[in-house]
Formats: sequence, structure tokens, C-alpha cells
Amino acid sequence: MIRAEGVAKRHGPVVAVDEVSVELGDGLTAIIGPNGAGKSTLLSMIGRLVRMDAGTVVVGGLDVATTRSRELARRLAVLRQENHLPIRLTVEDLVGFGRFPHGGTGRSAEDRAHVERAIGLLELGALRGRYLDELSGGQRQRAFVAMALAQDTDYLLLDEPLNNLDPRHAVELMKLLVGLVEERGLRIVVVMHDINTAAQFADTIVAMKEGRVLCHGPVDEVVTVPRLVELYETPARVERIGSRRVVLWD
Amino acid sequence: MAEPIAPARPAGLRRLLRRRGAVLGALGLLAVVCVALYLFTDLPGKWDYALGLRSRTVAGMTIAAAAIGVATVLFQTITANRILTPGIMGFDSVFLTLQVATVYALGPAFLLGAPVFASWAVELVLMAGFVVGLYWWLFLRRRLELPVIVLAGLILGTLFRSVTAFLQRLIDPDAFAVVQNLVFASFTTVDRQLLLPTALLVGAAIASLWPVRRALDVLALGEAPAIGLGVEHRRVVMHAVLAIAVMVAASTALVGPVTFFGLLVASLAYTLVGHRHLHSVPAAVAIGVTALVGGQLVLDRLLGFSTELPVVIEFLGGVLFVVLVLTGRAR
Repeated sequence: MIRAEGVAKRHGPVVAVDEVSVELGDGLTAIIGPNGAGKSTLLSMIGRLVRMDAGTVVVGGLDVATTRSRELARRLAVLRQENHLPIRLTVEDLVGFGRFPHGGTGRSAEDRAHVERAIGLLELGALRGRYLDELSGGQRQRAFVAMALAQDTDYLLLDEPLNNLDPRHAVELMKLLVGLVEERGLRIVVVMHDINTAAQFADTIVAMKEGRVLCHGPVDEVVTVPRLVELYETPARVERIGSRRVVLWD
Repeated sequence: MAEPIAPARPAGLRRLLRRRGAVLGALGLLAVVCVALYLFTDLPGKWDYALGLRSRTVAGMTIAAAAIGVATVLFQTITANRILTPGIMGFDSVFLTLQVATVYALGPAFLLGAPVFASWAVELVLMAGFVVGLYWWLFLRRRLELPVIVLAGLILGTLFRSVTAFLQRLIDPDAFAVVQNLVFASFTTVDRQLLLPTALLVGAAIASLWPVRRALDVLALGEAPAIGLGVEHRRVVMHAVLAIAVMVAASTALVGPVTFFGLLVASLAYTLVGHRHLHSVPAAVAIGVTALVGGQLVLDRLLGFSTELPVVIEFLGGVLFVVLVLTGRAR
């Protein structure tokens, strides 16, 4: 359970996140909303990458403002949008960094097992020895997700993980996340723009606009014409194809 | 979907690790050979006197090499940047201002006649105090972002340099000549009684890094990934700033400012042994000693130049800087 209470962030006069209180439960939660809605800022504050101006965030019983960063990193992995590295690393080295919170050097048998599993899950076996700056954006994205998985946490926060991914890898990543939720009980929060993908894979959707949570609930409650029109201020249709809801913009 | 199943521990990685160990050993050996050659070849009849002078020079070079090399690696780690050196934090500008202001206010005789240890200690405290104070105030209290503070240091450095230039125009030419001598780095005029305290300070600063060596590796990924992986970012960065300030200030007070030297050493270290601090820090020390002592050896014995080594090192460092920028390796 992730519980945010009265969380706020402002940049000078601009309010990025306006006293948001929200509870994110089990399963896969997608945060959607227009540009500048404060989705990424909220996610970064939950993951203590950005300091809150006000409010508290408790993740699995740990207050992110007061818990030791390393202890938190054993329970919570967070990945930001842009993943530019200042140094040259191989895919395997990067994934190995995921073991740091556990005090690992990446070389013990247990560390190796976690690194191998993460590399396997993201199908990076053939790329393991390659340097990150020689990879495509999508391959690099998968390497960072693998690092987060090697962290072996209960909570996973991902900021637009589908950026740079082609349809095949986007769908595979979403299926992987759903699989992690089902098999290992991971609680995953994903910021994303593609509402159709969110509707297809997420259990719960949080819609944000202008720094506030507009609505929060199961897919059927949030992905409706009135909600989407209010959220994006753009005419929309919601069609049913099979069991799926598909949004068409007019 | 079918991808080749990789072995549990690829042979390539193990080879690489061994190779790093071998490279590190070779670098250490090279440094020792350079020191031995410098000390023991070409000794004149009065060998004990010459040996005394030479060992003093070698000791000064070793301390400076270790301090500047390690400080540069650290600074590049915390700023996640490969072309910055701690020189940008404004150490040498404080050093220069201090020298010129003393000469201006109290005359050159005072500076030349001042007790060596006292003036070294005052310079050290003011330089380290300036940098640590700036970072403590802006980084920990005001919680500004690191790049902003680096820029603030740069601008304050420029301010100090302008003050220095202004003061230099006010003092008389004789005093100016004294200042000129003081502000250029020199390894051959190191004071013997400063060697031990400087070595102790630099050694303590390097030793203090041992417990955070893994955290520093993670820090090199950048601020957000490091926090995500559980590094107490501000605490580790402030620790590094403190170590950098002590090392650079101590070495500058000992031999004078050497700006580009660290860039040369750090770049070579990364290329040869990679970015893990367990490897790159000792490599930086060994490469630094090799460059300084070996360079002095070549200048003295082979070329018979009377040029001060820092001039050559700064030149090579400057060339490397341009190469790094042009090839885009530096980001």
C-alpha cells in the first residue's frame, strides 16, 4: 500500500502537485493525464527522488521522508523518464547496480541469480556485454527496467517506461509487469500517456490534471467519455472491442 | 523470442577483471620504476646531498599527484561530468588572492619571511574553508542543485581573480616579481617540514573514502539513479566535497596550483581500468606519480630542460581537454 497525504510541490509560483491525497493499492496502477498534470512529479516524490514541500508518503509502512534511503531501496525501485548515463557501462554492469541496496557487489551467487533473472526477463541476454551508449533507446530502456527488477523490491515505480519501445517490446513489457503482479505480488505504479494500453493492462487508473487527482478507480470507471473529455479537453469516443475499451480521439 | 542462453559467469568478464588487476599492477610498478630512476640514476659524487634534494622533490610530487588525481576522480563522480576538475571550485583563485593581498597589505618581505608552517596552515584553512563553506551553505542549507553550486563557485573564482588582477596593478614591480614566483606551481622548492602534515592530511582524506567506495560507484550513475538505489546523496556528496577540499587545498598550499593535471590523470585512469572507484582511485594515484616524476625525469636527464614540469603538464592537459571536447567523449 502506498499512501500519499497532502503531498504538494511548487516551483516558485507554479504549483506542480497540489496537496494530493491518494492511496495506491495492490496490482498495476496507471497514472494518466495531460502534459504538466504533475504525474511524474508525484511519482518522483513517492520515490523520494524529489523532495515534497508538504505532505507525507508512506510506502509499505515506511515513511519515505524519514526512512533510510538504502532500506527504502530494498522495498521500492523507481525509474525516471530520461536515463542518460555520464559513464560508459555494459548492460550487465548496469543491472548489477540493482544489487547495491542489498549490500551486494553483484558478484555473490545470490546477486548473480537476481541479475541473471532480470536479464532473462527483459531478454537482454544477447546484449549483456554491450555498452549502453551503443544501444537503441528502447534497448537502453529495457536495461534500466532490468536494473530496477534486480533490486528485487515489493514496489516498482516506472515513469513512462514505454517511451522508445516498439509495439512488440511495449506489449511484452506490459505483459511482464502484469506477470510480476500476478506471480510475485509486486505493486507497480506506471505513469503513461497511452490510455488504451493503460486500459488494457492496468487494474486501477489514477487520472491527474493540474496537479490534482481528478478521478481514481477501476478502468471501467475512469475510461469513460465524460471523464476523458474533462481530463484532456478534447472530444473522445470510447468503443468496446471484445472485452477491451478503446479510446478514439475526434 | 529465442535468445542465446548466456553462461552464468561469462569468461569475458572474468578476463576483464583480471586484466584490470594486471593493469593496476603495471601502473603501480611503472610509478615505482619512475621514482627509483629519478632517485638513483645519474647521482653525482656528493650523492647524499643530491639524494636528499631528490627525495624531497619526489615526496612533494607523490603527495600532489595523489591529492590532485583522487580529487579530480571524486569531483567528476559527484558532478557526473568528465571534463570538470576541482580547479573550477575556485581553489587557485583563493590561493592567488591570498598571496597577492598579503604582498599588497604587508609587503613582499613579510610573505617571504613568514614562518612556513603558519602560512601553509592559513592558506590551507582559507582555501578548504571557502569551498566547504560554500557547499555547506548552498548544498546542505539552501538545498540548491549541484550544477548551480558549481557555477556559483566558478563565478566567485572569477571575482577573486579580478580582485587579484586589480591588486597586482597596485603593487610595485619588485613585489610583483615575488608574487609571480609564488603563484606558479613548483615541485623543486617544496618545504621539507610541510611534507609530513600534507601527506597525513591527503592520506586521511583518501582513507576516509574506503567505506563509501561502493556508494561513489553508484553516484557516478547520476543523482536520481543513485538516490533510487539508496545512496544518501547529499551526505555522500558532502563527504566527497570535504575530501576534495582538504586534498586540493593541502596540495595547492604545498606546491601551488596545478589545474589541468587532474583531467589528464583521471581520463587515463578511466580508460585503463574503468569507473569503479576501487580501481580508478589507485590508478589515478599511480598515473599521477608516473606523470610527474617520469616527466621531471625526462625533462631533467634526457632533454636537459630547465623548464618547470607544471608548464609541460598544463600544456598536455590543455591539449587533452580540447581533444575530449572535440571527440565528444566528455559529456
